Amino acid sequence: MMNWFYLHGRAILQALRRLAGQPLGTLLSALVVGIALSLPGGGYLLLDNVASLARGVSGAPEISLFLDKEAGAADVALIERRLRAEPALASYRFVPRDEALHQLQRGGLGDVLGGLTANPLPDAFVVAPRGEDPAVFERLAQTMKAWPRVAHVQLDSAWVKRLHALLGLGRSAVLMLAGLLGFALVIVTFNTIRLQILTQRQEIEVSRLLGATDPFIRRPFYWFGGLQGALGGLVALGTVWLGVQALAAPVAALAESYGAVFALSGPGLPESAAIVVFATFLGWLGAAISVRRHLAEA
Amino acid sequence: MIVFDQVVKRYPGGYTALAGVSFEIRHGELVVLSGHSGAGKSTLMKLIPVMERPTSGTVRINGQDVSHLPRRAIPYLRRNLGLVLQESRLLYDRSVFDNVMLPLVITGHPPRDAARRVAAALERVGLDGRGKERPAGLSGGEQQRVAIARAIVNRPSILIADEPTAHLDPDYAHDIADLFRSFNEAGVTVLVSTHDASLFAASRPRRLVLGKGLLVGDDVAVEVAA
Repeated sequence: MMNWFYLHGRAILQALRRLAGQPLGTLLSALVVGIALSLPGGGYLLLDNVASLARGVSGAPEISLFLDKEAGAADVALIERRLRAEPALASYRFVPRDEALHQLQRGGLGDVLGGLTANPLPDAFVVAPRGEDPAVFERLAQTMKAWPRVAHVQLDSAWVKRLHALLGLGRSAVLMLAGLLGFALVIVTFNTIRLQILTQRQEIEVSRLLGATDPFIRRPFYWFGGLQGALGGLVALGTVWLGVQALAAPVAALAESYGAVFALSGPGLPESAAIVVFATFLGWLGAAISVRRHLAEA
Repeated sequence: MIVFDQVVKRYPGGYTALAGVSFEIRHGELVVLSGHSGAGKSTLMKLIPVMERPTSGTVRINGQDVSHLPRRAIPYLRRNLGLVLQESRLLYDRSVFDNVMLPLVITGHPPRDAARRVAAALERVGLDGRGKERPAGLSGGEQQRVAIARAIVNRPSILIADEPTAHLDPDYAHDIADLFRSFNEAGVTVLVSTHDASLFAASRPRRLVLGKGLLVGDDVAVEVAA
C-alpha cells in the first residue's frame, strides 16, 4: 500500500514538473478550459439568481380552499384536521368569511359591499405547500376538491408553472452548453496528452525496457490531465467570481429602481467544488482516452 | 538459466532471422554471442526480454517459458534482467544519477535505499562522483558505463548486452569488456553479443556463433572470426 502511495506521489510530482516545465502552455490550456467552463458555470449561477429573484417577487405559491356556505364549525374542524395531517403542506391559515369581508372593505370595496344585505363570501383556508413542484400542487388540489364541504379549490400555480418551464429550459440550455464545452475540453486534453506522449516517447520506451508496467507509465499522464483540468476549473471559478463582482452593483441599482432589494450571489462552496471536480474529471477523462489510444503506439 | 529450443523467428515479409536455434546457458556462465552482421544476434537478444516473440520454438528464462508470456507479465520478467543495448538509451534531460535510479523508481524502491544502490552501481562502473552530470557531457564509453550501471542497479541474476562496444574506441571497448567479466566473476550470468569476440578472449568465455540464422558454433572448439 505504501508503495502505491509512493508511486502516485512520484507520478504527481512528475506531472507537476511537466506542467511547470511549460508555463505558457499550461497557462493557455488552463485559460481555454477555464473560459469554456465559466460559460455553463455562469449560466447556472444566473438561473439560480433568477429563481431566487422570482421567489422574492412573487411570494410563495398558495392554494385557496373555499368552503360550502352551509359549512359549520364541525366541518371547518374536520378540514383543519386533514390539513394538519397532510405532509406536503408547509402551512395553512383559516380565513373566516367575516374576516374576508373586512379585508375587501379595507381594500376599497366598502361602497359596493355596503349595498349587500348578507355576507356573500364563504369561509376559506389558504394553504402553502412545501417546495415548488407544480405536480405536487395539482395533486393536493385534486385531493382537497374531494373533501366534504369544499366548494372550490383555487390553485395559484400558473406562475410557478411558467417559472419552472423557463428555468427548466434554461437548465437544459446550460446542460447542453456544459456537455458541448465539456466534450471540447476532453478533446483539448486528449491532444495535449497526445503531444506529451510523443515528446516522452523515448522515456516511455526506456521505462518499458526496464520493467515499467502500463499503470506506471500511464499514471503521470492521468495526473497531468487531472491537474490541468483542476487548474482550468480554478480559472473558471475566478472568471465567474469576477463576473459576479462586475455585475453586482448594476444589478443592485436596477433592483432598487423597482423598489426591491436584490444582491447577486456568487457560487457557494458546493458549486465551486462542483466546477473544480467537473473540470478535473474532464481532464482525467481526456487523458485516459488519449493514453489508451496513443500509448500502444509509443 | 537461458534455454533456446528450436527457436525460429520469421519477420513479416518472409525474412528469417533465426532458423531453428537451440542452446542452453547455465547459471553463472559468461557467454559471448558473435557472428557477422545479419546473422541474427540482435534478434536472438531481443527474444530474451520479450522485445520480440519467436515464430516457433521455445525460449525459457529461469525455467519460465517466455515465448507466450502474457503482455502484463513482461515487465516483471524484465525487472529480473539487466539489459544493455547497442545505443545507451539514456534520458538526456535527466542526470546520470536519475538515469541509474530509474529501474529502482519503477520497482518502487524506498528512496534512501535506492540512492545507496545507485551510488554503489556508479562506483562499480567507475563513475563515482559523476551522478549530478548530464549524460550529454560524458564520452561514449562513459555513457555506456551509465547504461551498465542502470542495468546492474537492480542486482539482476542475468545480464544481457547487445553490442555494448559497437560504437566505442578500442580502449573504452576493453574497459567495458572487463566490466562484464567482473560481473560474471561476481556470479551474474552474462550474455554479450558482439561482432568482435576477441575483446572477451582473455576471459575465456563460452562462445556461441551465429551464421545466417543458425547456430554454427558453440564453445572454444569453434574459431571465432575476429
